[in-house]
Amino acid sequence: MTLLLEQLLNGLQFGVMLFLMAAGLTLVFGIMGLINLAHGSLYMIGAYASAWATQQTGSFLVGLGAGLAAAAVLGMALEAAILRRLYARDHLDQVLATFGVILFSNEAVAMIFGRQPLMAGPPPWLSGSVEIVPGVPYPVYRLAIIATGLAVAGGLYLLIAHTRIGMLVRAGATHRELVGALGVRIGLLFTAVFGLGALLAGLAGALTGPLLAVQVGMGERILITTFVVIVIGGLGSVRGALAGALLVGMVDTLSRAYLPTTLRAVLPASDADALGAGLSSMAIFILMAVVLLWRPRGLFPAHG
Amino acid sequence: MGESPRQIVVLAAAFALMVALPAIASAMARPDFVTLGSQIAIMAIAVASLDLLMGRTGLPSFGHAAWLGLGGYTVGILAFHQADLPWFVTQAWFAWPMAILVPAALAAGIGALCLRTSGISFIMITLAFAQMFFFLFIALKAYGGDDGLSMRRRNALPGIAPRDDVAFYYVCLAALVLVLFLLRRIAASRFGAVLDGIRQNERRMMAIGLSPYPYKLAAFVMSAAIAGLAGALHVNLFRFASPDLLHWTMSGELMVMVVLGGLGSLWGAVFGAAAMVLLHSLLAQWTEHWQIVLGPILVAVVLLARRGLWGALGGPKGGQ
Repeated sequence: MTLLLEQLLNGLQFGVMLFLMAAGLTLVFGIMGLINLAHGSLYMIGAYASAWATQQTGSFLVGLGAGLAAAAVLGMALEAAILRRLYARDHLDQVLATFGVILFSNEAVAMIFGRQPLMAGPPPWLSGSVEIVPGVPYPVYRLAIIATGLAVAGGLYLLIAHTRIGMLVRAGATHRELVGALGVRIGLLFTAVFGLGALLAGLAGALTGPLLAVQVGMGERILITTFVVIVIGGLGSVRGALAGALLVGMVDTLSRAYLPTTLRAVLPASDADALGAGLSSMAIFILMAVVLLWRPRGLFPAHG
Repeated sequence: MGESPRQIVVLAAAFALMVALPAIASAMARPDFVTLGSQIAIMAIAVASLDLLMGRTGLPSFGHAAWLGLGGYTVGILAFHQADLPWFVTQAWFAWPMAILVPAALAAGIGALCLRTSGISFIMITLAFAQMFFFLFIALKAYGGDDGLSMRRRNALPGIAPRDDVAFYYVCLAALVLVLFLLRRIAASRFGAVLDGIRQNERRMMAIGLSPYPYKLAAFVMSAAIAGLAGALHVNLFRFASPDLLHWTMSGELMVMVVLGGLGSLWGAVFGAAAMVLLHSLLAQWTEHWQIVLGPILVAVVLLARRGLWGALGGPKGGQ
């Protein structure tokens, strides 16, 4: 029972992290019609910049700021230099060009930081654990991630539903050309939205850094999971991204926790562990296939 | 699909070069050229098969590596169990058709599901199924898991010594010619015309009374079957089935090769594959960080060279 509670919180934490990634990706898709594989690279850049700055200064908050700034600035530079030219192209061109960007940024990071993973633990004031219910300790850092993620989700809701910028974002998602025709500087709006998405990816990277090894290739692993999230949620829908992220986070975490032990009941231990690991890696893809077959446009389709 | 005079000259020159390659390699004392040539021929088969989907039918599959890997693992696994199975499982006449049938059968089921979606969802769901196979083979420790599965010797072909790299190169070249011939016949057929129509405007195809779904599914299965053959040849070439064959970057690279050669042009597939394999091997000799050069090249190709290598050869109007 305590294990289940712990795993549910882990699932929530992973889901919240996925939401930070998925929100940016789905906003960019919904408004600019761009499918950006390099979103995972921004996550990696956020993680590297923050781990490096934390090591240099010893301050987690400076590192976090550096991660956010690096991802947002490089993200907007990427948009201005390359991605802007792809908005009107078909999805195939976008996939290929941003695939090229991934190859470049992975190799660039490997040349700058080397292939050894960077390690940066959580700051002292967020390490250790607390008892959430009597007898169940849980790491403070993971709780902080959950709180940050939920706060960002709330903030995004306020931004999109209750501000002028949010109104433009919603309008842009339904009728891109019309918003431009009404005199909104659409290029500026696009760069701002892309910068916001990059910032969130950088935040996800900077927060995940202390939990995982910061290494080249970390971006693609989460990118593919994030795609599963936004396809399940409905492309372009932030609400769908939240639902999809929590669903995928839970399914992935729980299947990793319980599948191998369940299989041990019927198979020898070593086979069960290997097969369980494989099947639990497949679980979210099976979930996506089922959702798409049931609802080809995802759980919350953005455009009516 | 009439070729321009320049394209015909280049095509003839390329074919002559491919046929003469082993002689050139032995004259230059570079036997590795033969392996490189085999790799180009095998990749060209895979790229041509993906072009049937992407270029002709307008279905951008981001999971084509799955079929390559399944074909490859089929021959690998048959060879792995050869002691417990009848003698013919390591014969090419049995193993290679199996490497075509297994992916084709799975593609029939998976394609039936994937084709319910379209556009970006299709790209993503094909990626998802390919990732499922990737994780499955990583988890199958009995067949090497992460480390891959090596094969003691190539599948036996009558009259060909299993260690003869030159002979194997000609086998790959013959397979490529056969596949190109087949795909050209498909393109010229009524079936090919329907696929063209589906790419251009699916709704109009429905309006003239054709149901696109079975045609798309047939194209999906054929494409997977041909890719399975490429996978079997690849595993035979290196005598090694690696999970890298199934990795999503392989799917990405196959898509890149299709576009590099020229979307929808069969000959372009060969040029795209050749350009990519040569670029890989040149850049990898030059620097360990070859991807830092390859990445910008891809971006430039997409942004600037829309018609690909083959289209650029065709002069102002393009190759089609």
